[in-house]
Amino acid sequence: VELTLLVFLPAAAAGVILLLPRSMEQQSRWIALGASIVILALSIQMFFAFDLGAPGYQFVERREWVDIGAFNLQYFLGVDGLSMPLVLLTTFLTLASVLVSFSVTHRPRAYYACLLVLASSVIGVFTALDFLLFFLFWELELFPMYLLISVWGSGRKEYSAMKFVLYTIAGSAFMLVGILVLAFSANTFDIEVLSQTDFQDTLIPLGWVFFFLFVGFAVKLPIVPLHTWLPDAHSDAPTAVSVMLAGVLLKMGGYGLIRISITMMPGIAEDWDVWFAAIGAISVLYGAFITLRQTDVKRLIAYSSVSHMGLVLLGIGALGNVGLVGATYQMLAHGLITGLMFVMVGLMYERTHTREIARLGGLARQMPLIATGMVFAGLGSLGLPALAGFIAEITVFLGTFQKYEWAVLMSIFGVVLSAGYVLWMLQRVVFGPVKHEWDGVTDQRHWWEHTVVIGLVALVVLLGVYPDLMTEMIAPAIDSIVLRIEA
Amino acid sequence: VNSLDVVGPQLAVLIAAGLVLLVDSLIPQQRRLLPVVALLGLIVSALWTTSWVGRGDYQIAFDGTLALDKYSVFFYYVFAGITATVVLASIDWVNREGRGQGEYYALVLTVCSGLMFLAASRDLITIFLALELSSIPQYILAGWGKDSKSSEAGLKYLLLGAIASSLLLYGMALIYGITGTTLLPEIAAAIKADGETYRGLLVVATILLIAGFGFKMAVVPFQMWVPDVYQGAPTPIAAFLSVGSKAAAFAVVIRIFFEGLDADFLSDDWSMIFAVLAAASMTLGNLMAIVQTDIKRMLGYSSVAQAGNFMIGLAAISVAGEEFTLGASAILLFVAAYAFTNLGAFVGVIAISQRIGSDQIKDYAGMWKRSPVLALAVAFCLISLTGIPPTVGFWAKIYIFNAGIRADLVWLVVIGVLNSVVAGYYYLSVARQMFMGDAEEDQKFRASPSITMALGAATIGVIVFGIIPMPLMSAAQDAVEIFAR
Repeated sequence: VELTLLVFLPAAAAGVILLLPRSMEQQSRWIALGASIVILALSIQMFFAFDLGAPGYQFVERREWVDIGAFNLQYFLGVDGLSMPLVLLTTFLTLASVLVSFSVTHRPRAYYACLLVLASSVIGVFTALDFLLFFLFWELELFPMYLLISVWGSGRKEYSAMKFVLYTIAGSAFMLVGILVLAFSANTFDIEVLSQTDFQDTLIPLGWVFFFLFVGFAVKLPIVPLHTWLPDAHSDAPTAVSVMLAGVLLKMGGYGLIRISITMMPGIAEDWDVWFAAIGAISVLYGAFITLRQTDVKRLIAYSSVSHMGLVLLGIGALGNVGLVGATYQMLAHGLITGLMFVMVGLMYERTHTREIARLGGLARQMPLIATGMVFAGLGSLGLPALAGFIAEITVFLGTFQKYEWAVLMSIFGVVLSAGYVLWMLQRVVFGPVKHEWDGVTDQRHWWEHTVVIGLVALVVLLGVYPDLMTEMIAPAIDSIVLRIEA
Repeated sequence: VNSLDVVGPQLAVLIAAGLVLLVDSLIPQQRRLLPVVALLGLIVSALWTTSWVGRGDYQIAFDGTLALDKYSVFFYYVFAGITATVVLASIDWVNREGRGQGEYYALVLTVCSGLMFLAASRDLITIFLALELSSIPQYILAGWGKDSKSSEAGLKYLLLGAIASSLLLYGMALIYGITGTTLLPEIAAAIKADGETYRGLLVVATILLIAGFGFKMAVVPFQMWVPDVYQGAPTPIAAFLSVGSKAAAFAVVIRIFFEGLDADFLSDDWSMIFAVLAAASMTLGNLMAIVQTDIKRMLGYSSVAQAGNFMIGLAAISVAGEEFTLGASAILLFVAAYAFTNLGAFVGVIAISQRIGSDQIKDYAGMWKRSPVLALAVAFCLISLTGIPPTVGFWAKIYIFNAGIRADLVWLVVIGVLNSVVAGYYYLSVARQMFMGDAEEDQKFRASPSITMALGAATIGVIVFGIIPMPLMSAAQDAVEIFAR
């Protein structure tokens, strides 16, 4: 029942919050905080109870749900070494998002309800082992996300929210076709069974199926050129939502590619891996170049996400143990580091009400704590050794180098650029001459702000110095996927 | 007595229609009773249907012209539910309009009985009679409003409907000429015996039948009347047309094509026709819906697109040999889902338009602030029309696409999913208008009790069956078992 609790507790808490009377609406944050602490504790407990030696899925829950002749769905949840860390990332960032939202006063009940439903659906995506259940959670995430961006966002929020929804619906429309074709061939929606099926004589050539699913995941990841929704959505979303979006929603794409695309259709993946590497490298480079040109701090971080997620695709393209572990690790590292980055920018924006790089400057004097956090996140983002991002990048490069030297060389250049845009941004925003316009602003001071920042910083360091904590869990799961690819 | 039992649900509705007229003329000061009588009739009808289900006493009656089977029972429930919602949604409008209140409800009930007869008929002549029984009151109802737009709607619907009926009759005549019978099972036997020699003629007859019913379904290219009639007709009647007669047309088409024209050599032909019509309806309906500024016209074009979705199920029927009935059960699920969803959307439109006196989408801005519950209910219906969970529309869409895939119609499903993106755009634009837009005035308001009841029932159906779709799915599956071979 752990997983069921994990998936539905946030949604149930959302229901409770919506039922609160108006006079108690300021209390909704405490309910949200309670729910997110519980799921975090639960997922940590699961993380340590996870049996590293056992193959296959753990904490499995399986029940018949809809069973009509040709249409057979199960309520089937479970985690393995690939999804468990991602679930943990989600619960952790959910707590962080709730905490950084403590200052939200506009319609707090609806806000926290949306945030919690979002958490439910993302955890659902990472734990669902029935293909249609997976798809259901995948689509479910749209509704809260749309509201969160368009009601509580800033700038061209409605436009960005709509763009986000349409891109995702378009991607998942193709995905649905792929799902139905695969399920028809194997006569089941069971992901565990589908992962062991050798597909032959599918209705349409398997390459097309692969392509359809790839489009669905690639929009989410995102890859260049399907990335244009991302900077808009990230920069117009409220802080907590940017954290969730960059931290976990993008990972749904990477997770889908590993769990679904390459595991179910390894043959096609092998034909296509050069494209993975190429698109990945292009995303890294192109993302980095575009990032250099940004004048808005949040857009800058958003574009840097495109660049960093390109590394995930590159690692997947290697189709080997090291590369895939690296890709998974990169998802975790990017989730934490970019999450931290968005938190810092959010705190800064709350005080200065601008994200214009040109207007900012010298903030290290006026808000030393926030500045420190930003510098730390920046260093993590550019891949400083002893921080999580470094381990991830180096593993991806090691895993891919033998197969696609050129792609790795391109990507390394992208990483060099990342040092450029991060340091340049820090120089313009945090350092430099003090601007007296910002003399009155306060520094980070609330307990919830401290908690989030310290927690994220600690994890980034922990994953940077003790990668085994995660890799011991990820590696066996990846091994079984690679075995299937090589078979 | 036994035969009367078979038509009990229809009789109950017709008797209620008569009672409404009586009450209207005998106690004219008690007009409030009229909808109550109408609802009671519908409840009796549903109870009668339930008593059959309890008895399990399925049979063929009236020399084989009417079938009392799980299939018709499914539609009896659907039509009783749809009509009850329409009656509830009409109360305010009829009170305001003032004239002919008894006649209005009586006609609505007559339509309902006609729709029920349609679902049960298995004889071409009975089908035609039932069709006219349901159509003629609809022509009147479409022109019920006092403004010229409503009159235009009524006349347009009548003229085009007459043409459609004549095409249909021509098709039926051809089939009778070829097979020498009007009973569907006998037609099937005759065609299987020596139909192949008349294949060309049969295809012509099929096309004529599709044209006749396509008008009622509102599929491309028989959709021209839709936007004008939906816009002009009283909104409750537009809702009735969009779900009731569409559902009935699909019900009867499934029966004709499954039971009468299911010969293998023929089904490949008509399945192809349906597939092409489905693709055209979805695409054209959605593209036209995007540019609409009037919500009723938008819903009109969207119902054309939705008819295209239904039709995927028809196209899927014949090709899938062993899973012959999957497409049909998908249509039935879609019918039920669409009934909840589209009625909810229309009732919401009625509630909002009554208040703001406009059907323009831009005037829906800020509804979220003025009437949160209403806005939320309508939003759920729009989400369900798009096919996003946790709504019943999600399941209907998945299920019908699944049927399409299993019938090897991947190209059609790809067109379908692309169209659902387009549809998502305009449905969600309305939702966006309601939630994000700024209202010119921000006075709060509530819908009247009857409207609230109708909207509540529809929305609860949308959400409950969105979370627990199983009962609806198995009902749909059971209902089409009679066609299994």
